[in-house]
Order: sequence, then C-alpha cells, then structure tokens
Amino acid sequence: MSAGFKHNHLLGIADLDANDVTEILDAAAAFIEVSRRPVRKVPTLRGKTVINMFFEASTRTRTSFELAGKRLSADVVNISGSGSSLSKGESLLDTCKTVAAMQPDIVVIRHSASGAPHFVAERVGCSVVNGGDGAHEHPTQALLDAFAIRQSLGTLEGLKVAICGDISHSRVARSNARLLNLFGSEVRFCAPGTLLPPEAATLGAKVYHRLDEALEGVDVIMLLRIQRERLEGPLLPSLREYSRIFGVSQRHLDGAAERAIVMHPGPMNRGVEIHPALADSDRSVVLDQVEAGVAVRMAVLYLLAKGVRAQTPAQAATDGG
Amino acid sequence: MARDEHTVLDAEAIARIVRRVAVEVVERTRGAEHLALVGVRRGGVPIAQRLAEEIGRAEGRQVPVGAVDITLYRDDAAVALPDPKVGPSDIDFDIGGRDLVLVDDVLHTGRTVRAAIDHLLDYGRPRRIWLAVLADRGGRELPVAADFVGRVLEVPEGAILDVFADGGEDDRAVVRTAPPEGGS
Repeated sequence: MSAGFKHNHLLGIADLDANDVTEILDAAAAFIEVSRRPVRKVPTLRGKTVINMFFEASTRTRTSFELAGKRLSADVVNISGSGSSLSKGESLLDTCKTVAAMQPDIVVIRHSASGAPHFVAERVGCSVVNGGDGAHEHPTQALLDAFAIRQSLGTLEGLKVAICGDISHSRVARSNARLLNLFGSEVRFCAPGTLLPPEAATLGAKVYHRLDEALEGVDVIMLLRIQRERLEGPLLPSLREYSRIFGVSQRHLDGAAERAIVMHPGPMNRGVEIHPALADSDRSVVLDQVEAGVAVRMAVLYLLAKGVRAQTPAQAATDGG
Repeated sequence: MARDEHTVLDAEAIARIVRRVAVEVVERTRGAEHLALVGVRRGGVPIAQRLAEEIGRAEGRQVPVGAVDITLYRDDAAVALPDPKVGPSDIDFDIGGRDLVLVDDVLHTGRTVRAAIDHLLDYGRPRRIWLAVLADRGGRELPVAADFVGRVLEVPEGAILDVFADGGEDDRAVVRTAPPEGGS
C-alpha cells in the first residue's frame, strides 16, 4: 500500500481503487497549503512540460489545470480547439502525435468524444490526464468533489449522496458515482426520466424522481447544471418547469442530514437547479470545490510526473507510431 | 539482514544538549526578541518545540514555532522517490524581519537544509536564518554549516543515524551499520 501511485495516466475513476484516491487526496492536502502562501509556487516540476489540449470549451477546468502546473513550476502550454489545427481539418491523432513530438511530460485532454483521452494515451508516450470526455468521465472533478466532501464531513465512507440534474449527459455524475462506490457510500440519482441514464444501476446508484424522497437523510447534495442546449430537444419542456420540480432551495434541506452540504461543479444557473439563497448559504461549498480543484490537480500532475520518469523520451517517440 | 546497532546519545544527553543549545540561541539572538523556530519535518519538529519551551521558560517569552516539509523542494523531486508522501508545511506567523532558527535532528549532506532555506524564502524575507542541529555527522555534499551543533558524531558513510527526540524516556540517537560480511 505504501508502494505509491502506480498509474501512468489518469483516464477515469474506473481505473482507480480506494487507495489511489486516498493517496491523491492526501497529497492534495499538502498542496492546498501552497496556494494559501504569499509565494504560491514550489519548484517541484521545474523543467517538466504540461500541455492542456482543450477541444471543448472550458474556462474553469483549463484555468485550474494551468494554475496547478504553474504553481508546481512546470511549463504549461494551452491549445484550444478553435484556434488550433483541429479546426483546419487535422485529425485528433495527428494533432496528438505532433504535440507528443514536442516531448511534453503530461498532456491534459478535454474532448467531446467519450474515450478520446484513452485513444490518445495508447498512441503517445507521455502521461495523459482526462480533463473531461463526452458523457464518460471527468476524474479530476470527482477527485476535487471528494476532497471537498472529506474536508467538510471528514470521511468518504458510509455517506448518502444525492446527485440531481442532467445525469444522462453528465460525466461528472458518472465519475462521482464511481468514486463514491469505492468507499461504500450510497449514491442517489434524482432527475426527470428523460435525463436519467439507462445504466444507473451499473453505476451503483438508486434512482429517484421526487426531490423530497431523494434528499431524505442525505449528507451531500450535488447539483448539476441544466444545459440550455438540452432544451432544444424533447428532453425538457421548460426551464421554469424543471426549476419548480427539481430546483433545490433551502426548504429542501429540512429532510437532509443536519450537516448536509450542497455542491455544484459550476457554472451555476441560479434560479434553475439551485435557488440563489442556497447558493450563497453556509451550506454551499462551491468555492471550496474551486480551491480544492487546483490542489487536486497539482497532486495529480505531481504523482504522474513521478511515474513517467521510467519511460525515456526515445521509447515514447517510437511507441507513438 | 542483521545490523549492528549502538546508542550514541541517550535521553539524558539529548535533554542536556537541548538545554545548552537553547541558551546559545538566546545569547546569539540577543534575548530572542525577534526569534522564531522552524523545524524540518519530521525529525526537527519536536526538537524545535523543545527549544521553544526552554527559551520560553528562560526568557518568559513565547517563541513562535513552525514546521516545513521539504518534499516539494528536493533537488531530486523529479527523479526517483520511492514513496512521494507530501506533508503540509505549517508556518502561521509572518517570518519577515525575524531571526529564524531552522532546526533539524541530523545534519548530513546539507541537501535538506538547502531545500528548507529555499522553502522558507517562499514565505517571506527573514532578517537572518540560523541553523541548529542535534547531531552533525559530516559527509557534506553542499557548502552548508550549522550555527548551533548539539554534538558532532563520527558516523561511517553508509551507516544510518537515527534520532528520537520527542522528549520521552526512549529518546536516543542510534547508529546502525551493516556487518561487513553480509553488508555489501
């Protein structure tokens, strides 16, 4: 168990066990301190290169990864989908091979296609971190949520966690459900039938359609953003209807555990999935989640950078073919 | 493999060293007015706390004590580390303008001290940094010297010097050497 973190990539929570998660969160606890100092930088990854490849719009995740790398003294480069050769017709594989030839140590990928980071990880020699792929996984979000939960409630074990919102399109919900399963916590999904995935049971989650029932006795309420683009299809009649039936306000905390916390991965739609007063209340840990995000990503970059030393750049280049 | 083990300092000797170093620190820092102590995790932290207690008793003054974890500042951080456990550093006072005494249990290669100084400077600009160690075993790989030395110990290269200095009865410094036959 003291053997340490053995993974070359962080592609999904599905690849981790409880010890891996605990190791990342323990390391993140030390990195929280770095971000609170007058000089928010340590020399640990000096000379390492991290490339953020975000083929899908993202501000907070990309900024969080960028700060994480910079606070560890790594050189961080951002490539976004719109400004890159991807918009000029280059394939994902060619883009990644080109980037890999520049010898980065770690590549962070966000892509709208589920499995894109896995595809790339098999074909380049460096470490790959999944920064969110389609409706599949968003491992660092689940890890930072776990960090915030542990910070507030002291444990990840034996909790009751309700995840409410557009579950079927949510990689955040999937990664969180997998992570909480590792620690034996109970996961509940609460959403209208059209926004629930068919595989809820295989994710170890109980399905609810009524908010009051779903929140009964829960320790954690995780809200997901209702994406406005979903309204263009047949899945939701209107935002107002969703808000009336599934929007969470302070009144809903009555049935929850006394210590219950409210989480949101952002960006929040105030007045849709979360009532503004609740978002600003002391039960909300939304800003703790953001702070945890930088620390958890520092921990991930740190642990992966230690792992990649075994592989020489020459090997990596030939593997890349 | 069996190792030869012998105690070079017992609890009483360590207690005497702590008392003496405390007196020296007060003298050199002119009454400990701007003094703060920072222990290097993990061995240096209990020693820093004991020094602070001694100085507090003698001078009637609370001396702030902090701790630094140097894992992230190691010069080999990016290469092999068997078990990369990072602990939090903890300095809850402003180190700017202070006389800081960095405290560690053993001074050996000097690399830990180099890392700890880099780390401290990320917290601010102390007026001066001194170095206090319980034991100096030689074997320097960097030009580093201690200002306060508890005891100079002859320890063969390759042997291990372990210090336990929590303030309990089991406090001791032991040298462990592999027997020459099986050791290579």
